[in-house]
Amino acid sequence: MTSPAIERDGAAPPPTAMRGLPSGPAGMARRAPATPLLDVAGVTLRYKTPGLVITATERVSFQVDTSDRFVLLGPSGCGKSTLLKAVGGYIRPSEGSITIKGRTVTEPGADRMMVFQEFDQLLPWKTVLENVTFPLIDARRLGRREAEEKARHYIEKVNLTRALDSYPHTLSGGMKQRVAIARGMAMEPDILLMDEPFAALDALTRRTCQDELLQLWEETRFTVLFVTHSIAEAIKIGNRILLLSPHPGRVKAEVVDVDTASTTDGSAGRLEREIHDLLFAQPAHAE
Amino acid sequence: MSTARIVLRDAAGPASTEVERKVGLAELTWDIPAVRKAAILIVLALAWEAYGRILDNPLLFPTLSETVQALIENVRSGILPARAWSSIKVLLMGYGVGVTLAGLLTVLAINTRIGSDFLETVTAMLSPLPAIALLPLALIWFGLGNGSLVFILVHSVLWPVALNTHSGFRAVSQTLRMVGRNYGLRGFAYIRKILIPAAFPSILTGLKIGWAFAWRTLVAAELVFGVSSGQGGLGWFIFENRNLLEIPAVFAGLLTVIVIGLVVENLVFRTVERRTVLKWGLQH
Repeated sequence: MTSPAIERDGAAPPPTAMRGLPSGPAGMARRAPATPLLDVAGVTLRYKTPGLVITATERVSFQVDTSDRFVLLGPSGCGKSTLLKAVGGYIRPSEGSITIKGRTVTEPGADRMMVFQEFDQLLPWKTVLENVTFPLIDARRLGRREAEEKARHYIEKVNLTRALDSYPHTLSGGMKQRVAIARGMAMEPDILLMDEPFAALDALTRRTCQDELLQLWEETRFTVLFVTHSIAEAIKIGNRILLLSPHPGRVKAEVVDVDTASTTDGSAGRLEREIHDLLFAQPAHAE
Repeated sequence: MSTARIVLRDAAGPASTEVERKVGLAELTWDIPAVRKAAILIVLALAWEAYGRILDNPLLFPTLSETVQALIENVRSGILPARAWSSIKVLLMGYGVGVTLAGLLTVLAINTRIGSDFLETVTAMLSPLPAIALLPLALIWFGLGNGSLVFILVHSVLWPVALNTHSGFRAVSQTLRMVGRNYGLRGFAYIRKILIPAAFPSILTGLKIGWAFAWRTLVAAELVFGVSSGQGGLGWFIFENRNLLEIPAVFAGLLTVIVIGLVVENLVFRTVERRTVLKWGLQH
């Protein structure tokens, strides 16, 4: 059995380590694809504030394969959210390129559905069902019946069928985030981009939501790029973790085979400590 | 050494019987806003009637009953409805043009930086200018007629509506904008499907303020120049009856202005509010 490993040199892990994963249901065994689903190659991101140009990330490279649960982890200021927004198409890299299924990312699009941290990401003038069907009808051009069927299916998966006709302002924070996840998944995008979706939730709800997300992944094996600043969450959610160091954001290491870390035998706790020590090795960057 | 453990407790005595209590009928009725407002109106009406009777001078201050009588007479003779209708017609025309122009200006303002600068500058310049002050000029440009009225109505509607709509658009959260762009929405579809509904509370406020401004401006303008156009509106009706010293009819005219304002506010705008921003939880 492979144990979780931290690759210190080279951004991409050797593909053999990847295939060492315990494979899922029969037939879902991984094949190394010729081109990765998402290829982020030497991406430098800069943004302007009045009078200053800030470098958020510097020559960051990583590759995400189909059905990966890829986590970007790092302290604040490491540019992980900015990186996710660049994959979303909101920010253009000033150096390097981002390609998804061979297409270069130039603008936002429904092939990369975002789930944000903020609770106000649902359209307040639409019910839960309408919030999920709206992009299906508008961006994917599905018929109303077909869209509603698909929306109901995914709303049921996040256990919100009873709130189908409620308006977002009547929902709790956790419910809103689950609707946003259902909305993203119903679109069946190439990749789901999640920007700290559970960070604003209380601890209990966060755990429930994490478990639900993993359950959903077991069922549909979607690809997700997940941003978080919580090491524990990264270990729980991801099968691969990219560690970023701040100011400017650079790739520090990649953790592979995270699935093998388990909370029962204490290996998850050990990995958490190891990652923590690695991220906060330099006292200047500790927070 | 004892270890950590969970100790279960029995419930603290029998549970209280009163979990919920029916609210009494009187309290229930008083909780309806319309009932409270109606009560206020009745008190005001009684005060008016009482003061009128004490004063006993219909030339200065007719009683409510005299006013209502004059109102009924003028409605029966068809004069008041005709005047009100001619006012409303002009008003709707000016309001429509004003709101359309405001929409165009704001769309321009959110799409281009220079458009935004233009809107801000022009609004700051022209918004404080009372519409009625433009009337003499409008009379020279458009003559005695509805053209001049529509012109000053547009002026009184355009700026508040544009200002509120624009600030509403700018207040739409970054997250919602990103969601809209995530769906691939751009240009007019993005404005229609994301920005307008998200900014609807501000837009509605602008429309309400615009309506009130327009109504006031119109009645004031008609007072000034209804004189020579035979088919005047409500302002002209008030002016005409003052000249004839038909003071109860003057009051009837004023009452009509108030009633139309109340009806639009409470029926039209309240209904729109109830079906939109209140339902969506954007306003409470």
